[in-house]
Amino acid sequence: MAKIIMPAAAMTAAVQIDNLTIAYDRHPAVHHVSGSFAAGSLTAIVGPNGAGKSSLLKALAGLIQPAEGQVRHAAPGRLAYLPQAAEIDRDFPISVIDLVRMGHWRRVGVFGRIDRAMRDAADAALHAVGLDGFGPRPIGTLSVGQFQRALFARLMLQDAQVILLDEPFAAVDERTTADLLGLVARWHQEGRTVIAVLHDIEQVRRHFPETVLMARHVLAWGPSAEALRPELLQQAGALAGAWHAHAPVCAVPLGT
Amino acid sequence: MMDLYALVLAPFADFAFMRRALIACLALSLGCGPVGVLLVLRRMSLMGDAMAHSVLPGAAVGFLVAGLSIWAMSLGGLIAGLAVALLSGFVSRTTSLREDASFAGFYLISLSLGVLIVSTRGSNVDLLHVLFGSILAVDDASLMLVAGIASASLAALAVIWRPLIIECVDPGFMRAVGGVGGAVHATFLMLVVLNLVAGFQALGTLMAVGLMMLPAAAVRFWARELGGMIALAIAMAFGSGLLGLLLSFHFDLPSGPAIVLTAGGFYLLSIIFGRHGGLIRHVFPARHLEA
Repeated sequence: MAKIIMPAAAMTAAVQIDNLTIAYDRHPAVHHVSGSFAAGSLTAIVGPNGAGKSSLLKALAGLIQPAEGQVRHAAPGRLAYLPQAAEIDRDFPISVIDLVRMGHWRRVGVFGRIDRAMRDAADAALHAVGLDGFGPRPIGTLSVGQFQRALFARLMLQDAQVILLDEPFAAVDERTTADLLGLVARWHQEGRTVIAVLHDIEQVRRHFPETVLMARHVLAWGPSAEALRPELLQQAGALAGAWHAHAPVCAVPLGT
Repeated sequence: MMDLYALVLAPFADFAFMRRALIACLALSLGCGPVGVLLVLRRMSLMGDAMAHSVLPGAAVGFLVAGLSIWAMSLGGLIAGLAVALLSGFVSRTTSLREDASFAGFYLISLSLGVLIVSTRGSNVDLLHVLFGSILAVDDASLMLVAGIASASLAALAVIWRPLIIECVDPGFMRAVGGVGGAVHATFLMLVVLNLVAGFQALGTLMAVGLMMLPAAAVRFWARELGGMIALAIAMAFGSGLLGLLLSFHFDLPSGPAIVLTAGGFYLLSIIFGRHGGLIRHVFPARHLEA
């Protein structure tokens, strides 16, 4: 049933997924998913609510333990993850620039000094997301869109090879979305692998060359035009809702 | 002029125990200020109270084993407090139970264990005295302990400051970059326990938490930046110590409650007159700006 179209060119994989199953209370949210994200690819993960998109992304970020299968990274340390609703305490008295400078963590660690070049890089990142002059302000004073811009500035400093975005444009206006999409395109040009969970199908068609369409299983994985065909989207919508309190144990043998 | 001298300076000039008490207050303020502010910012204000209760059985066991020895009781309290802090931290990070719930669970176990130990060995006036503390009985040994703990806390905070702040603001980021969030959180909880143990000789286990939390809660009304909050919390805690000691001296009141009630007074004044979100500002807001 799963229609899997692998990326055309057999490039080196930045992230490889083998038979991944993620379960909550034994009920699978992601069920036997395999595939690979080519290095430098720009991929959208699409599917109805409850399709396991966020769970898949968390597993890619190494934040949840899969029930079965595994995720392999070509460069394990060079990963950045922006969660859907970041658990950021926006009342905390910290300035925007300090939030952005957190992106230097991998380089400075606990004791490293944030030198002149790093401060300049942070200022440049603020400029790139259109937040010039916002540096000294407390993070609590930013609007939702401005705050998302600041988080993108932090992502820029993280200088990651693989960037995972979970619904980065939810609750953000059109102009902000356009600006942030520009940054995503820039990361793509720089050869980084970007994987984003998205809802806006038109946006995916326009800006994301690859798509994973899922409803717990992968329904399609390949060029967006192929993967987002109406009949596949309809299929995805029909599948996701199924949840049974007394579902039988999965029949797929272990290790396949 | 003479009156002011008799009121404020004479008690400290004339009595060594008052001087020691004042120094103990200063050391306690230096340690409790930053720890309290961070607890409030992390929305763990009630955690200090839970920790203060969980120190109790350890202190009681220390007393039963070695009598009125500050070291034995502090060590006992430290062990009990750390056990509760680390166990609840561990449980909340590895199971689905949230941190507040797991803390409540473990501190109640610890507290009831303490009550059990105290009551089976017969109630003891000395022990009660110690549980509610007496800053006027601070001797050289306990002064060393309090000062040592304050120094160690400040040094430890300096070491873990950056990851601690990141962990406070955005724990998800810390986890995603494979950071040391768990270790930093555990170290911070240890500092909370250490400072409560430092306070219990002077103020008693149950009063010590007052000097930690009341100034920390009050400073949110005055300062917007973390550095300012911490400096103000230290100043307010020390001011409460100074005023509370004088009140206790002149009116013959127990020192612990006098100090904590003074801190409580500062807290209430802050709620009413506070510059950022105080009651008066709430009722008579300044007119909005143009942009």
